[in-house]
Amino acid sequence: MITGNFYTDASLVILFLPLLGFVINILFGKKLPRQGDWISISAILTTLVLALILFAIMLKNWDYKFSHEVIMPWIDMGAFKIELGFWVDNITIVMLLVVALISSMTHIFSLEYMKGDIRYNRYYAYLGLFTFSMNGIVLANNLMSLYIFWELVGVSSYLLIGHWFEKNSAADASKKAFLTNRVGDIGFFIGIMLMFTAIGSFNFQDVFAGVSDGEIKGNLLTLAGLGLFMGAVGKSSQFPLHIWLPDAMEGPTPVSALMHAATMVAAGVYLTVRLFPIFTPDALVTIAYVGGFTAIFAATIAITQNDIKKVLAYSTVSQLGYMILAVGVGNYTAAFFHLLTHAMFKACLFYGSGSVIHAMHHSLHNLHDHDTDPQDMRNMGGFHKKMPITSTTMTLATLAIAGVPLFSGFLSKDAILAGTLYFVDQNPQHMILAFFGFGAAAITAFYMFRLIFLTFHGEPKMPKVFEGIHESPSLMTAPLVILAALSTYIFYTLPINLIPWKDYGWFTKLIKAKDSVVAGTPSAKEIYDGVHYMHDLALVLSLTVASIGIGLSFLMYYRSTISSKSWAKRFGTFYRLSLNKYYFDEIYNRVFYQPFLKFCNIVAIIDWDLYDKYFINGFGHVTKLLSKVTGQVDYDGLDQTLVDGVGRSAGGLGKGLKNIQTGRLQNYMLFALIGVIIILIVQYSVIL
Amino acid sequence: MADIVFWFVAFITVFSAGMVVTSKSLLYSAYSLLFTFLGVTGLYIFLWADFLAVVQVVVYIGGILVLIIFGIMLTNKITSVNISHSSMQKGVGAVVAIGFIASLGYMAISSPWLQAANTEPAETTASIGRLLLMDYLLPFEVASLLLLGALIGATTLSRKDEDG
Amino acid sequence: MDNLSNYVLISAILFSLGLFGVITRRNGVAVLMGVELILNSANVNFLAFARFGGMNMSGHVYALFVIVLAAAEAAVALAIIINIFNNFRTINVDDVSELKQ
Repeated sequence: MITGNFYTDASLVILFLPLLGFVINILFGKKLPRQGDWISISAILTTLVLALILFAIMLKNWDYKFSHEVIMPWIDMGAFKIELGFWVDNITIVMLLVVALISSMTHIFSLEYMKGDIRYNRYYAYLGLFTFSMNGIVLANNLMSLYIFWELVGVSSYLLIGHWFEKNSAADASKKAFLTNRVGDIGFFIGIMLMFTAIGSFNFQDVFAGVSDGEIKGNLLTLAGLGLFMGAVGKSSQFPLHIWLPDAMEGPTPVSALMHAATMVAAGVYLTVRLFPIFTPDALVTIAYVGGFTAIFAATIAITQNDIKKVLAYSTVSQLGYMILAVGVGNYTAAFFHLLTHAMFKACLFYGSGSVIHAMHHSLHNLHDHDTDPQDMRNMGGFHKKMPITSTTMTLATLAIAGVPLFSGFLSKDAILAGTLYFVDQNPQHMILAFFGFGAAAITAFYMFRLIFLTFHGEPKMPKVFEGIHESPSLMTAPLVILAALSTYIFYTLPINLIPWKDYGWFTKLIKAKDSVVAGTPSAKEIYDGVHYMHDLALVLSLTVASIGIGLSFLMYYRSTISSKSWAKRFGTFYRLSLNKYYFDEIYNRVFYQPFLKFCNIVAIIDWDLYDKYFINGFGHVTKLLSKVTGQVDYDGLDQTLVDGVGRSAGGLGKGLKNIQTGRLQNYMLFALIGVIIILIVQYSVIL
Repeated sequence: MADIVFWFVAFITVFSAGMVVTSKSLLYSAYSLLFTFLGVTGLYIFLWADFLAVVQVVVYIGGILVLIIFGIMLTNKITSVNISHSSMQKGVGAVVAIGFIASLGYMAISSPWLQAANTEPAETTASIGRLLLMDYLLPFEVASLLLLGALIGATTLSRKDEDG
Repeated sequence: MDNLSNYVLISAILFSLGLFGVITRRNGVAVLMGVELILNSANVNFLAFARFGGMNMSGHVYALFVIVLAAAEAAVALAIIINIFNNFRTINVDDVSELKQ
């Protein structure tokens, strides 16, 4: 017990234990046995246990109003005061558990996956740093410390994406991720400062109170809300800042699972969930459109990708778009629900892809084939026979993401779609949001099963490689099994509901939506009732679109009754657009980078050829003439007499003073004391 | 009576301190230091600091002074009783010392010291112990670390290099 | 004896004498004795202010720390002196003027 309160103590330990692991590993990791991985693992497992205890207490208390806040002064300068602290409520506890669980799985999975890596200890150290920063975001009770940890997450993601920085693509990807995030963070910071200027506090509760008192309202509040949302756009990889996430797949696969599927990208969603009460209707509509568009846009890219991790990356972008869409339509508990379920099944999918890549890599390595891409699905096929555990678990997770009943994704996706339907029902002019939602659901089901069929079923495309494929060791399959189990519905509806198509359970009972504090927004109760009303329609529709997607995928890639090639030809333009990710990197290159470089060139020409040549150089010529004249005066007049005279006298003084430097300590001390006495005498004479 | 004793103790302290810094023989200096310490102990008793007076006798006279005498004997020939030790820059040093005595003494006498009225002698050991283990626990622990460091440092420094 | 300025005066004299010793002595051990005098004068001041400040025990604790410090300092200083003696065959501090140049 550090502070005497269990929640405070537990959150302090959860926050700082991974940091301790980081410090120990980064400083001494190389010298420790096993390069210190056991330190990180024991730290993260302790936090997992603590998070589980918190979770159990939450279930035992069964209090949806639970909230515990600790405030500590950080900067106190009279009128200007900044306080830091924790805010623990049910959302925090669930989020802590997600972070601790996925992080533990990553630590364990990496034991095998990263074995023999040259920077093994650093890898574990950075994982600790990342977990620390992520927990910091989750526990923050104010915008300031949230922002600090937000940036720390950015840094640790930079370090982890660029873990293999010898590869140029990895180094570039880490830079791209960092800089793209910065663009969003600028908006985030503007939003924070707008809030602080208007309300005078960073604390969430104060901010909510300030907004509901009308200290900031109208367009300014919309602007501040959109600024804060900018941060989420960057971190959760929403359109148009989605470009960094697919590139971030250059990092080690466990890292992709931890950060780019389950936790770091979820931070943006978490932020919008936390700050939901302050968004104005205008801001919420913008958020809904950004999220909805991202959902369908990224899904259409994922269809044509051949790299197994790229498919998952775009799928993640799409699912995050879903969550943002849910926040935008006001059903933000559904967004958080999807965050939770998505973290489990997406992490499972990423670990599965890691397992496949691991196997491919080893097989290729044994064949001395270093040209074939181990991540390309066109080189796989039929792996189900060789890797049954990986195949089964990935299929389960795919069923979850596709929204099939009995799986967790069905519940959360259904809630989001019901919320969207209710919103569209209330505001028919935003009809297209519903199409975004259901369209993305169908496409998601399609491309995820495409991935499963191409990888695990059908004939092996490269028989030689296929021979060398074998199931990954149990340290890698154990996390897969755990997470696949957590992708079933039962864990989210316990302990009061066992019907697989009803979503009420501990989650819906304990995580209740708060009313928005902005005037003119529907209350949480209205939204809840509306969602409930739309639930059955959403259920039927989403099941329909999911089965269309799955069926199409089955026919195209399993039975091959429909040729995917001929379809690609029929929709040639679209196919090329999708394959090339709508040329977004190229567009950014042409619209932003190239014009900027040109602009720089023009500025350089003006500066160098015009300004420098004529103005500066002309100035130079005049000065040259002038200086010749003054030079004469200076040298003959001043130098010979005055300046040299000063120099000579200084030299003489130096020669005299040299004798003081005796090298005896006691001499020096004596001189110092004489100085003290002189000061004393002067002081006295001033006083007297 | 008490006044006479006080001035006697003060005289012993100051006089023997003067002997410490002026005596030509190093051993005489060391013995004079003994009397200075004893005088200071007397002053402590006048200041109602019973515990510290005992500590002064035990640590200073029993520890530090013995250590100093050991130092003298280890670095000089024991046989020569009057190990001479000369001084330097005596003149300037005297001026500085007198300047310090004058200015500090003037300050001591002329300052209007704030004195708490009606202070009673109190038993100090218990309250020192309480303070040490409660308010000053951290400095106390740091001091023990310092002693440990000094112990190790002194051992390392004075050890003969085994490699030659 | 019931006057604070007497104690402060004695302590001032002790301090100045200690300074004199530190400045003028050639022998390292004698310099150390000067330092001890200075530390003792500080202690007398601490206790005097404690006594006339209403028996404030913090002064006693500080004096105790000073004694601890003095013990540690004496041990290390003597170790250094012995080391110097082993290296230079003298403990006259002004012969050890490596600091010059």
